[in-house]
Amino acid sequence: MDQKINKFDLDIETVRSSTMFKESNSTSKHVWSSGPKIVGSSPGFPTELLQEHKIKIDSGELLTNDDMNAVLKRMSLSRNRDDFSVLFSHFAPRLKSMLLGSGTIAETAEEIAQEAMLSVWRKCEMYDSKKASASTWIFTIARNLRIDRYRKEKRPELDPNDPSLVPVQEIPADEQVDLRDREIIVKDALENLPEDQRIVVKLSFEKGLSHQEISDELGLPLGTVKSRLRLSFEKLRVNLRSRI
Amino acid sequence: MITHHPDGDILLSYAAGGLGESWSIGVASHLAFCEECRKSVDLLEELGGHVLDCAPVNPVPEFHGDLSLDVVNPDNESNNVKRLNSDLPSPLNQYITSKNISSIDWRYIGGGVHEHAIETADDGSARLLKIPGGRVVPEHGHHGRELTLVLQGSFGDHNGEFFAGDVADVSDGVVHKPVANADGDCICLVITDAPLKFSGIIPNLVQRLF
Repeated sequence: MDQKINKFDLDIETVRSSTMFKESNSTSKHVWSSGPKIVGSSPGFPTELLQEHKIKIDSGELLTNDDMNAVLKRMSLSRNRDDFSVLFSHFAPRLKSMLLGSGTIAETAEEIAQEAMLSVWRKCEMYDSKKASASTWIFTIARNLRIDRYRKEKRPELDPNDPSLVPVQEIPADEQVDLRDREIIVKDALENLPEDQRIVVKLSFEKGLSHQEISDELGLPLGTVKSRLRLSFEKLRVNLRSRI
Repeated sequence: MITHHPDGDILLSYAAGGLGESWSIGVASHLAFCEECRKSVDLLEELGGHVLDCAPVNPVPEFHGDLSLDVVNPDNESNNVKRLNSDLPSPLNQYITSKNISSIDWRYIGGGVHEHAIETADDGSARLLKIPGGRVVPEHGHHGRELTLVLQGSFGDHNGEFFAGDVADVSDGVVHKPVANADGDCICLVITDAPLKFSGIIPNLVQRLF
């Protein structure tokens, strides 16, 4: 992935002064009027990192994926609307293009993208920056909404608090592969798939297509699509599990 | 210890969001038992994050939602729904509301076997089956793919023994002869492509069990 794709050209002052938010009630306790606040006392999140991102945002510097993770984390702690506008500007246009790919019309794609971002705001307390990047977390929210709104199906999800679940053994912090390295590993794993397998994987994730839809789109027998997906799953699993 | 897993193609589609509702119930319920597949799905979701990062930018209008948190959030409410049936993994609790397996509304379909159909919006078919211990299911071929997750009890076929949490993922054209083991009723979640020619014809349905 080109480094530029990770970044976006955002004039933060423009975002701030724009009418991105329709403030329904300026006396609402959740309205922040004096710029981003730094929550220094939050356990488990380094204050310096937050400070660093604040400076970058204030200076209008390009933001990386790391910055996005930190902005989402900070929003979950402080409910800062400026952070939301940063996330919206970055993710909503990308969500829209993914949703357009899955066959939705522009209006629906925009609606789902808007709704996904609203969910990001409402559920951000559930975001765990140790487990997933902002992109991954937002991808899962948008994926579920697309199934619900576009396909009109329910998404049966595993409840992470299911008492029957065997708790996963926590990996000690010093043995965890950090999110930036994980991104590189994931990108490599995808790029290292043979072309015919990479295409079916990308169609699955970019457009959320079923096996039959991939078969129709590529003009391949259903069995070929399935076996390519099986092979790519095996390669990805082995590759990712050995490195992450 | 889970030894039989769904094939990778449907785990991948589940993570990507391309799997129909019926099959997703099967995968999500298996995940409740299987840490290995949970880890695999988590990793595949990271791939989804990567694809989102690489997606082209398509202009959107300004955000027009309501960011006030005073409104009741239906999502949070549904997360607090009490776990109803402690015999079932959580994804199935979204579909089956009876308090335990024995109080499920079972329907007798012959051969000692009971079923409970699960309503889904896709064109697959999901149902629970209750097979008495020791019962041999007649040898049969498959007209489509069939995913069988053991919830209680166990069965065996030419691929080995299947205990709670194990999945038999049987493809088109495979002939097999599962036997419910004698350790009590075997309760399974069975997902199939639902070919129209079989719908509503009970004798055929019995032949197609498993």
